[in-house]
Amino acid sequence: MNINLTLFAQMITFAVFVGFCMKYVWPPIVKAMAERKAKIAEGLAAAERGHQEQALGEQRALELMKEAKVQAADIVGQAQKRATDIVEEAKTDARTEGERLVAAAQAEIERETNRAREELRERVAALAMAAAEKILQKEIDVDTHRAIVDDFAKQL
Amino acid sequence: MSSSELMTSQEYIQHHLTNLTFGYHPEHGLGFAHDSAGAAAMGFWAINVDTLFFSILLGGLFLWFFKGVAEKVSAGVPGAAQNFVEWIVDFVEDNVRGSFSGKNAMVAPLALTIFAWVFLMNLMDLLPVDLIPYMFGQFMATLGADPHHVYLKVVPTTDPNATFGMALTVFFLVLYYSIKMKGVGGFLGELTLQPFGKWGMPANLILEGISLLSKPVSLALRLFGNMYAGEMIFILIALLYGGGIVLAGTAGLLQFVWAVFHILIITLQAFIFMVLTIVYLDMAHQHH
Repeated sequence: MNINLTLFAQMITFAVFVGFCMKYVWPPIVKAMAERKAKIAEGLAAAERGHQEQALGEQRALELMKEAKVQAADIVGQAQKRATDIVEEAKTDARTEGERLVAAAQAEIERETNRAREELRERVAALAMAAAEKILQKEIDVDTHRAIVDDFAKQL
Repeated sequence: MSSSELMTSQEYIQHHLTNLTFGYHPEHGLGFAHDSAGAAAMGFWAINVDTLFFSILLGGLFLWFFKGVAEKVSAGVPGAAQNFVEWIVDFVEDNVRGSFSGKNAMVAPLALTIFAWVFLMNLMDLLPVDLIPYMFGQFMATLGADPHHVYLKVVPTTDPNATFGMALTVFFLVLYYSIKMKGVGGFLGELTLQPFGKWGMPANLILEGISLLSKPVSLALRLFGNMYAGEMIFILIALLYGGGIVLAGTAGLLQFVWAVFHILIITLQAFIFMVLTIVYLDMAHQHH
């Protein structure tokens, strides 16, 4: 337990150790720790930002959905209107067609009636002629009185 | 214990408290001291080889391990070794930030070196007292030396040379930074102009001088005293092993209890040395 040269040897050793630690050991470790600290802070900030962005996105999605609903309702309304229009149009078409058919049928009936009347008239004229011929066989010449008979037949 | 069977208790204790000293003996010439008287006769120009060897080995171990981690340190997810190193670095940095208000890049590495180095040197105290000295004695015996005269102290902090070496280095740093920060005049003023003002200069100088000089002395002696006393108790407990089965059993229990308690002491002493160094350097940096 004597104080001897070991004292100085220990002092030098100590100084060398401290110098080595200060140059090669401490700075890289502390730097890495500071870097990690910064990284963690950055990560936390990014998470916070992500959170906000998510909230924002959700809000936007809600807005878009609302808009889409309105649009869908619009489209449905338009479609219904168009459907009503089509039905209306179809009804009008059908009515027109029906009227046309009725008109055609009436015209046909009229034509038939006219034809029948004409025939009837001719028949009556022929009958009247035949009757008149029989009654007036002698004094009436068919050829000379034809005009009269026809005139008569027309009045029927 | 085989070597101690031939010794008295006093010789056994003496044997354990003697350093392996290499130096120039006035009568025997250059060589290792054969006993404590021989070591004392060598005077100042001798080296405690065991203290130097174990302190450099342990300091080298600390720096090798920490350097290895520092070389492949990553800011990403740390491995087990890096985690451990960062835990200690963080602990030291916290203490420095808490106690040191100035700006000096040297203080934190200094504190880390003190804490780790002193802790490792103290840790040697937990090895069984005879383990390494006995193995070393047997080894030297094969080389022809008498194991009774082969000394080895494995705990460098039980050698005042080691503790004073560190304390004096810290003291010189305190002086250096005191003068660097305050100038020679400022430092001398601090020594002589308080607490009693300029008319009480001699009293001031005595008070402040004692306060300044007591820093390295208390730093060194506190560590040395604690470790020396702890080592002594381990040696005394070891003596009990030779006293029959009951005493040996008691010794085993005592050794365990004291070792557990000593874990606290070695950590605490390393911590105190580090914190006081930081505080002294902080005082050196402060302006009044």
